Amino acid sequence: MYDTGKIIPGLLVFVGLVTFPIWYGFVSADGHLPNPEKPTKAKQCVESTEFMRTSHMVLLNDWRDNIVREGGSRHGKTADGTEFVRSLHKGCMDCHTSKRKFCDECHTYAAVKPYCWDCHIQPKEAN
Amino acid sequence: MKVLQALGIVLALMLLAYVGAAVPGGRTLFGVVLPYLGFAVFIIFFIAKVMDWARSPVPFRIPTTAGQANSLPWIKQNKLDCPSTTSGVIGRMLLEVFLFRSLFKNTRAEIHEGPKLAYGSSKFLWLFGLLFHYSFLTIVLRHLRLFTDPVPGFVHILEFADGFMQVGAPVLYQTDIVFLGALTFLLLRRLLLPNIRYISLPADYFPLLLILGIGITGVLMRYVVRVDVISIKMLANGLVTGKPFVADTISGIFFIHMFLITVLLTYFPFSKLMHMGGVFLSPTRNLANNSRMVRHVNPWNDPSIKPHSYAGYEDEFREFMVDAGLPVEKEPEPKPAEEEAPAEGETKSES
Repeated sequence: MYDTGKIIPGLLVFVGLVTFPIWYGFVSADGHLPNPEKPTKAKQCVESTEFMRTSHMVLLNDWRDNIVREGGSRHGKTADGTEFVRSLHKGCMDCHTSKRKFCDECHTYAAVKPYCWDCHIQPKEAN
Repeated sequence: MKVLQALGIVLALMLLAYVGAAVPGGRTLFGVVLPYLGFAVFIIFFIAKVMDWARSPVPFRIPTTAGQANSLPWIKQNKLDCPSTTSGVIGRMLLEVFLFRSLFKNTRAEIHEGPKLAYGSSKFLWLFGLLFHYSFLTIVLRHLRLFTDPVPGFVHILEFADGFMQVGAPVLYQTDIVFLGALTFLLLRRLLLPNIRYISLPADYFPLLLILGIGITGVLMRYVVRVDVISIKMLANGLVTGKPFVADTISGIFFIHMFLITVLLTYFPFSKLMHMGGVFLSPTRNLANNSRMVRHVNPWNDPSIKPHSYAGYEDEFREFMVDAGLPVEKEPEPKPAEEEAPAEGETKSES
């Protein structure tokens, strides 16, 4: 072995970096899994749970574009004919009342910071 | 054709993962067992490869002298391209590792009418190589949001900077575009330039196509066939904390993405991708060009065999040499009988 004084520390740094998530997990894991609060007001969202789980941001973005930029209607209808208001505050948050207990549960876990609240006024909630 | 061979293998791997994840037990195999194995292979064989290199002696200095070497005091040395000190070597290595300086010096030769041979600078390989590597690094670091809980601050910063344009929802990452664009360039370079295509092997196409496959499935999962990020994070975070859990809500395309990464990790230590470690161990880059200042001894030399200089050789055989009429640098001690003795230390030139 030649140049062990440089190669061994180099390899240790390499292993330390690529295993970062492992030892970081040991140091900081709090084991909290996201558990968004289920609404009591309605049983069915405007789309299926599977769709909402993966694509709610697309739906909200489409509403925003349609209403703000194209003068679209505030009124929407689900597949089974239930009417709802296409609005973050008056629609979504009519059932999902708490940002902290619903939105933030998953967003914090997945490190997502949606820019809804750049324009919308964030609801005041007790911590 | 060699590229089709590589493409065929990548497509077969994708199909294998997609079908494999659909059979009972396949989700655990492709989501947990193989990733663990792949990561272990990556680390163990990466270290083994570097240790193997460390065992290989570099008997003499072979730095590339891409500039004026250290010479007489009035000749200006190029300290970064031909360093003679450790600090110069560190500077050269930093430029190499972070800015790919060797690629920057890439030239292109062309034959014009005449025939005339012309050389020009060619920066495209350097530019797209750099873009590719830095986007890949950013993307890998961004993925830490799926492995760590709570997510460290620098990942948030990276995430914010990368989605700075706020295009659409989920926001478009600039690096995704740059990454796929640069990879496409690197692939087209091999496919379209006849001289590069001539020297390209399946081992050149395979990593490109494999990484392209990883990139495309990743981009699809974010922007087109969106997946359940929460259940994927539960799996990824579970993998690093030793409690992996494959939820039913993870869709098939994720297993393709995951399996291609597993293949990349497994393939890595045995392939050209080892330039990741190799760049630090390149003797043409990491040695100081100080052969004229420092005596370098072959590491395998037998220490009992002492160096035998010409002066020592002449001392040993001087009388025989003079007897045989061979020229000597130092005349033998004059015999007392002789009168015409040359002065001490005078050299005799026979040319």
